[in-house]
Amino acid sequence: MHPILKLVVQRIALGLLLLLAVSAVIFLGVEALPGDTAQAILGQSATPQALENLREKLGLNEPPLTRYFTWLGGVLTGDLGKSLTNGVDIAQAIGQRLGNTLFLAGCAAVIAVPLAILLGLIAARYAGRWPDKLISAVTLTTISLPEFVAAYFVIFLLTQLFPVFQPVAMVFPGMSFWAKLHAIALPVIVLVLVVLAHMMRMTRAAILNVMQSAYIETAELKGLSPMTIIWKHAFPNAIAPVVSVVMLNLAYLVVGVVVVEVVFGYNALGQYLVDHVTKRDLPVVQAVGLIFAAVYIFLNMLADIIGILANPRLRHPK
Amino acid sequence: MADPLLQIKGLVIEATSYPPGEPPKTVTLVHGVDLTLERGRVLGLIGESGAGKSTIGLSAMAYGRGGVRLTGGTIHLNGREIRLADARSLRRLRGREVTYVSQSAAASFNPAKQIMEQVIETCLSHGLCSKAEAEARARGLFRKLGLPNPDTIGNRYPHQVSGGQLQRCMTAMALCPKPDLVIFDEPTTALDVTTQIDVLAAIKEAIRDTGVAALYITHDLAVVAQVADEIMVLRHGRMVELGETGQIIHRPVQDYTKALVSVRGLDHAEKPPAPPVLQVQNVTARYRGTNFDVLKNVSIDLPAGQTLAVVGESGSGKSTLARAITGLLPPSQGRITFAGRELSADLAGRTKDDLREIQMIYQMADTAMNPRQTVGTIIGRPLEFYFGLKGAERDRRVQELLDQIEMGKGFADRYPAELSGGQKQRVCIARALAAKPKLIICDEVTSALDPLVADGILKLLLALQAQEHVAYLFITHDLATVKAISDKIAVMFKGAVVRYGQKSDVLTPPFDDYTDLLLSSVPEMELGWLEQVIAHRKMESAGN
Repeated sequence: MHPILKLVVQRIALGLLLLLAVSAVIFLGVEALPGDTAQAILGQSATPQALENLREKLGLNEPPLTRYFTWLGGVLTGDLGKSLTNGVDIAQAIGQRLGNTLFLAGCAAVIAVPLAILLGLIAARYAGRWPDKLISAVTLTTISLPEFVAAYFVIFLLTQLFPVFQPVAMVFPGMSFWAKLHAIALPVIVLVLVVLAHMMRMTRAAILNVMQSAYIETAELKGLSPMTIIWKHAFPNAIAPVVSVVMLNLAYLVVGVVVVEVVFGYNALGQYLVDHVTKRDLPVVQAVGLIFAAVYIFLNMLADIIGILANPRLRHPK
Repeated sequence: MADPLLQIKGLVIEATSYPPGEPPKTVTLVHGVDLTLERGRVLGLIGESGAGKSTIGLSAMAYGRGGVRLTGGTIHLNGREIRLADARSLRRLRGREVTYVSQSAAASFNPAKQIMEQVIETCLSHGLCSKAEAEARARGLFRKLGLPNPDTIGNRYPHQVSGGQLQRCMTAMALCPKPDLVIFDEPTTALDVTTQIDVLAAIKEAIRDTGVAALYITHDLAVVAQVADEIMVLRHGRMVELGETGQIIHRPVQDYTKALVSVRGLDHAEKPPAPPVLQVQNVTARYRGTNFDVLKNVSIDLPAGQTLAVVGESGSGKSTLARAITGLLPPSQGRITFAGRELSADLAGRTKDDLREIQMIYQMADTAMNPRQTVGTIIGRPLEFYFGLKGAERDRRVQELLDQIEMGKGFADRYPAELSGGQKQRVCIARALAAKPKLIICDEVTSALDPLVADGILKLLLALQAQEHVAYLFITHDLATVKAISDKIAVMFKGAVVRYGQKSDVLTPPFDDYTDLLLSSVPEMELGWLEQVIAHRKMESAGN
């Protein structure tokens, strides 16, 4: 077996193992919450008999281990259970919202990642000079603004001063792709502003670190232009640290954007989770928690694998 | 007459140093050096570290490494002044008119790109020829430089070829754009002696066949004597002497040059056989998690108060043997007897006296000392640890040791950073001596030092041996050092001892094949030595 394949398979196996462990932690966490689900559903006035019946019906009287494996078995077959509050199938409810979440995160990433890397390269090229300082100052300002402030600022700018977009990002099934894009333009702008700085700074630092190497001097003595040196000789050796930060930011775009969703009224996973936390709808909380964990683990695993693939010593063994 | 290819006049090079706790100050690295190089000629630049050799070499590309500034004088390349040229015109000449071969090809190749892509990069970026043409040129150079599989080696990544091969690839990279001038900056210094000779021969042949001019920078006079037409001796950023190669090595004028030429003359009269203080018997060892033995059935004896030189190339197991003796790597088989008692295989089982009586000195004195401790603390530590000395008594003993290493008063309060390389190594020797050991293991202790400084260290070690009756296990790859210090010699190759005995026996023919190769590869300060050895080897391999 090619050593690199072995490493990749190892990473995937580790990722799956980690996911299993996280599922147990989520289950235990929800289990440890005070209060009684049946009571929460039926309210304070429920009779003891009604509570007991409901517990029996929901399987709440089974031992925790049995319930964990029942839940896990359901997850593996695509059955996330039913919402306690409205009885809707959770998988179905999540499906569309997850699509919306990924669409928003994807659009933001498609703009933010190349832009951050490009700005990072430019900052490294002019390290310590005005373009570097300008880029750093601007991106650090945007990351320092709380998201809702940035959001209201963008709304004011692009719906009031220059009315090009709507302040509410309403999307619904059947909308055309372009219409959807137009609808989510504002949240995308806000998200880009929020994630740009971190990736840009990491790109800059990783490149500057590589620029100390002897092979960069070789490239300079070949008479190559500074941008060629950075792009062709420095960047390929700086990929691994950059990718790991990119993946962390992508994960944030998926799981951490509830504030932006609320401000723009965008119907996605974050809002759904928050709604059901307040309603004590534990199966939903469990399911969404597991999905978020899976996204985190998957993206970090991907970063690891890209890091491995980017290393020529592993890709081309002796 | 046409302009010379390279003409440097009154070159002044400066840098800014940042001493801790003081304001930055400007230091002058090169003080007004003049240099002329005609087309097709090879000029050797020689000197100790800090002489400004590399700095002058790089000035031919108008390049200052790490903040070094070319502040005065003129540099004319192909008739054009380049010291003050702008970045764009410098980019145009770098890689086209002048190219550079560095000491460490392993660090100078981009690990993420195939060798071919890097070798032909200059041709393409300067628009000198088509890609196919450049690749054909590169393959021709690979062949000329004696690389194996010249047609496919370019598809490999740098980590996939050996150090000697990579050094030749770098030479090919420098020659590919057909420059007028190549700067070779210690191109064989990092290589093993048996590899060095092949690379040196390949470089020499390539220079001759392409007719390119070269600046050849090295600290090894014997090496530069093989390739250069003329030699310039530099010291502290000034020229000491300039002359034809034959004149410099046979009839040097300046005292400093004379010292450089005679530095390898040190010889040490071998002591007669005596009962051993250290016996290593059939020791076999391997590192954890590996499946091959790095030491194979090694047996050696070291008499008290004598020196056993362990000689071999990198990877031959020399330092591993030291680790086995000190207990850092417990052997899987065999026994080690020291001063009449068997030593426990691992460190935990050894007594304090076992530890005290075996001391070590390392190659890198820099990293072997705590930079935040004074010399007095460093030398005083073993005095406290082994003998419980304190206060005035300890200070008195520290001063005694400092006197022994010929450093005298005033050094006890200094920090390692304030010492020169040779002084640092002396402090390490004093620290080892403080424990009153019966055996000191010296691991390449002179390899990082300039020849004259190394000479001083060897003389000191011999004097201390006479005073203290301490035995040395002297690990080195340098055969001149072996001759200078040893009573017995063990030649190691791939983890095994291939030749072992009294110095006079080991260095007297008939030799085994490996020892013969090793001995004949050591450059000698003689014109035409390289050609003789190569011709001799060709004849032998033809005879076989």
